[in-house]
Amino acid sequence: MANPTDRQTLSAAAPAAAEGAAVDLEAAFCDSHVAEVLDALDRDLVGLKPVKTRIREIAALLLVEKLRRQVGLEAGPPALHMCFTGNPGTGKTTVALRMAEILHRLGYVRKGHLVAVTRDDLVGQYIGHTAPKTREALKKAMGGVLFIDEAYYLYRPENERDYGQEAIEILLQVMESQRDDLVVILAGYKDRMDRFFESNPGMSSRIAHHIDFPDYSAEELYAIAELMLERMQYRLAEPARAALREYIELRRARPHFANARSIRNALDRARLRQASRLFERRTGRLTKDDLAAICAEDIRASRVFRSSEEEGAP
Amino acid sequence: MMTNTGNRITQGQFSFLPDLTDAQITAQIEYALKQGWAVSVEYTDDPHPRNTYWEMFGNPMFDLKDPAGILMEINECRKTFPNHYVRVTAFDSTKGWETPRMSYIVNRPRKEPGFGLVRQEAGGRQIRYTVHSYATDKPEGERY
Repeated sequence: MANPTDRQTLSAAAPAAAEGAAVDLEAAFCDSHVAEVLDALDRDLVGLKPVKTRIREIAALLLVEKLRRQVGLEAGPPALHMCFTGNPGTGKTTVALRMAEILHRLGYVRKGHLVAVTRDDLVGQYIGHTAPKTREALKKAMGGVLFIDEAYYLYRPENERDYGQEAIEILLQVMESQRDDLVVILAGYKDRMDRFFESNPGMSSRIAHHIDFPDYSAEELYAIAELMLERMQYRLAEPARAALREYIELRRARPHFANARSIRNALDRARLRQASRLFERRTGRLTKDDLAAICAEDIRASRVFRSSEEEGAP
Repeated sequence: MMTNTGNRITQGQFSFLPDLTDAQITAQIEYALKQGWAVSVEYTDDPHPRNTYWEMFGNPMFDLKDPAGILMEINECRKTFPNHYVRVTAFDSTKGWETPRMSYIVNRPRKEPGFGLVRQEAGGRQIRYTVHSYATDKPEGERY
């Protein structure tokens, strides 16, 4: 693979002579089985167009970097630490899981597991407690991905004796010196994350990829709901579909809306109501269809519908 | 023990071999982790063969997936105690009881003075034998 002609075509970047390299790329792409993960990402996650594009770009970069190394072109290991910003329930954790798998398949992390932590897992309660805690989390994540949810809580400017700063320093040190051993993904709200980076320029400069997760549209949320129900082997009755669309519209306008997470909670409550409805009636035999169907009344019983009329407590 | 070449103490696995490289240590840890064992790092400056319980360098590491974290801890311990004995122990708790399954030295003092044979006369011209580590003549922390 590393014959001199290959190297020439690569360095000259002549499009006509790039066929030899193109074959390699295709083979490497197939070998890595990254396509499966990327396709699964497209299939399982509704919407998130910019995120998917970005993940594809990163996967392409990593693959090309791997090939470059095979032919002896050195550019140093690519920086892989990332930052996912977006509102709650936009799929940050799910995408981080997929990212871990992509990195594993391309050989950039050895094990490909994801360790999700928050401030509580990193920052200690008293002097000397933080460093071992942070190091333990880091050790657990080695060979995989460390996912720090709501990372901005690590930094508390209002309390200068806060131990969060110590955790940040240890993180930075390991992020820099053990880049081959783990990848750190920070996640949180966009505006707070920006402020966090402003006050921690060291962290900002070590993160190569900033990916912003947009909110879902009503249509996408409906698609997500259908996908979730399908996976739980439920089925929406015809009138329930309209009810669900209406529900999504109302719920979006209300406070504490957490995108897909709110939808999942709503569906869980609908399941609860379906079960109690079946239980109340308890007459005759239930068909498989009865057990799978979610009716309009299961959704319309939600508080969201009630308080839109009377504007009471949620 | 006293007759081995180079006067190196031989405790645990691999102790008759040349010092393990970091790559070899990593491979051994990898094996231990694959068995579901918890790995810990310990150090001492008292190499008596009956000194079973060495000081723990941090807690045993549970739920690790990759040896890199343990190697980080080993290097940290070597940095803190460059002239002590450091060993890696793998504990098996998967069966409900706990036992060390692996134990090997990953760091030694530059110079190991070894052991002397001590003869103690007891009643009836009886002689009791024991070994004594020359290093322990000095107080803890100043031995190597």
